[in-house]
Amino acid sequence: MANIKVEGLTKVFGKRSKQGLELLKQGKSKDDILAETGLTIGVNQASFEVNDAEIFVIMGLSGSGKSTLVRLLNRLIEPTDGKVWIDGENLAQMNDKDLREVRRKKMSMVFQKFGLFPFRTIIENVEYGLEIQGIDPTTRRKQAFESLELVGLKGYENQYPDQLSGGMQQRVGLARALANDPSVLLMDEAFSALDPLIRKDMQDELLDLQEKMQKTIIFITHDLDEALRIGDRITIMKDGAIVQIGTPEEILVNPANDYVERFVEDVDRSKVLTASHIMKRPETVNIDKHGPRVALERMKEEGISSILVIDSKRKFKGYVTADDASIARKQEIKTLEGILKTDIPKIEKDTPMHDIFNIIHNIPTPVAVVENERLVGIIVRGAVIAALANDSEVESENA
Amino acid sequence: MLNNLTEFIPRIPIAEGTAWFVGWLTSTFAFLFNPIKTYFGDFMEWTANLLYSIPPIIVILIVALAAFFLTGKKYGLAAFSVFGLWLVHNQGLWEDLTFTITLVILASVLSVIIGVPFGILMSKSKTADAIIRPVLDFMQTMPAFVYLIPAVAFFGIGMVPGVFASLIFATPPTVRFTNLGIRQVPTELVEASDAFGSTGAQKLFKVELPMAKATIMAGINQTVMLALSMVVIASMIGAPGLGREVLSALQRAQVGPGFVAGLGIVILAIIIDRFTQNVNTKN
Ligand SMILES: Nc1ncnc2c1ncn2[C@@H]1O[C@H](COP(=O)(O)OP(=O)(O)OP(=O)(O)O)[C@@H](O)[C@H]1O
Ligand SMILES: [Mg+2]
Repeated sequence: MANIKVEGLTKVFGKRSKQGLELLKQGKSKDDILAETGLTIGVNQASFEVNDAEIFVIMGLSGSGKSTLVRLLNRLIEPTDGKVWIDGENLAQMNDKDLREVRRKKMSMVFQKFGLFPFRTIIENVEYGLEIQGIDPTTRRKQAFESLELVGLKGYENQYPDQLSGGMQQRVGLARALANDPSVLLMDEAFSALDPLIRKDMQDELLDLQEKMQKTIIFITHDLDEALRIGDRITIMKDGAIVQIGTPEEILVNPANDYVERFVEDVDRSKVLTASHIMKRPETVNIDKHGPRVALERMKEEGISSILVIDSKRKFKGYVTADDASIARKQEIKTLEGILKTDIPKIEKDTPMHDIFNIIHNIPTPVAVVENERLVGIIVRGAVIAALANDSEVESENA
Repeated sequence: MLNNLTEFIPRIPIAEGTAWFVGWLTSTFAFLFNPIKTYFGDFMEWTANLLYSIPPIIVILIVALAAFFLTGKKYGLAAFSVFGLWLVHNQGLWEDLTFTITLVILASVLSVIIGVPFGILMSKSKTADAIIRPVLDFMQTMPAFVYLIPAVAFFGIGMVPGVFASLIFATPPTVRFTNLGIRQVPTELVEASDAFGSTGAQKLFKVELPMAKATIMAGINQTVMLALSMVVIASMIGAPGLGREVLSALQRAQVGPGFVAGLGIVILAIIIDRFTQNVNTKN
């Protein structure tokens, strides 16, 4: 079920915004429109759908319109044009009362600099959203406590925000957003103000929470590593427009254009590439059909000194070396059973690169890649090194 | 040529216009001004007498205690208040002091009651801001004495015109600082308030005013100090109090009594200033 659906959402800042809209529809660029009319394009005809319980990451360089886009979703900024469907209702056309109702019950927001009220205690901050709904003090306290407990801040309820560290403050921000149990969470660079270690913790924590809560999360960031860690899908924005939407893999392996590619360039590839991206088609012999003679023949053909062995169901068995095979042939042995070696590492197809690197860097043999016990590929050391060095051949081979 | 041009336009009758306008206001709104003059005047008289009826020693003790607790249990302001108020009493100016305090407090309270809503209005509406801002500049730069004239026209002489003149002169800082304080609330907090579905009033009372409190209090502090200075000037139109002592000393060229009355005003000013500042910093 699509929870949020955005159609042609546009924001033009400035007095004659309709004129800007016309120019956008004619296909003019942000820079041209600014030069021609002095109008700033915040968001340019963005369309996308966010699925239920998905973490949808929006990323882009500074000024690309991420904050504007997320604020159009709860109408902290009034859209110039377009629709925002949430559970079948168009938020862009709602009257104030209905809009408040959506903000109170369905959508919450977490802010970059936390947005906590300094004159309220932690628990009073967390219960703010409930308080303005007119929920009675006992009920809302109880709900706020539960929310605070969820983010691991039990015991801090009577402190003030400035008594807490940045990471803790953002947990309060999260607890406040979760207190009214919304189905949608909007997070604008929620972890960007935190130092790197805390930031990682918060990302993990968000993923843990998400496992339990299954919210629809729209997460803004300008950090690709963060996007890749937590995003189910990633959207890349440029000059207010959406350039690409895809899973982390699709974006990395298949950047839509130069802009995305430049964005993606400096990412540590080892975090996202998996065994399936760098494996090669393996040369094999079938233990049920072939003997040492065929094995030697294949090795000679391919110029290799060992060959992988499978059975008729492509199940991975092990490997044989050329030396063992020629001894066996001299002794007139007909099967591979006796010379089969099994001391070869076996990894799953979706093993991430950095794990493969740890396995492969201290053993001499290649690594077999399997899926449900079936052999699907082989990885040699050179390929791992090449991929880590961002070798373009590896990338285009697998694209 | 230039001479001709400047001679060509006759003097615009601003003075006459103003006089006519004030006269018109006086007669048209007499139904409003007269009861204010009577009832508010009586009320002020009554308040001042009430204050005067309390034995000075009790007033001094209450002020000292309040100072002690307001400053976070420090002795400085409390000790100063005891000494200062005792000195005023010792110089035989206690009755004048009670009148001045009554005037200052009532004028300030009215200024705040009127000023804060205008400040809020200015912060919410660009149009209101554009209209009110120059009016405030005008009110503050016009010499304070000038207000005494229409004040007398409207309310005769005594305490009521004093409060009226003080209102015009002392309200602007409260308006300005309220406006400033609300505009200075960090965007994220306003957004947070909106994002959770606050109504306009909820946003104002639960987020904006609490956040702007320190700034508004700074404005109120200025308002109170201006009210005090105006109350002294208002002695020229018959407002009783310490100002009247200064004025009569001036008229008779008596340096000594003039200095003593002036000293009383300084003592009162310091106490009021420290009190309003401490209310400000307390939270
Ligand atoms: N209130 C506003 N008035 C005019 N222009 C604005 C306003 N808010 C944003 N803009 C412009 O809209 C564009 C998008 O800004 P936005 O803040 O959405 O970018 P962003 O992607 O969030 O950037 P950052 O990473 O710096 O937060 C920018 O060109 C910005 O200058
Ligand atoms: Mg932003």
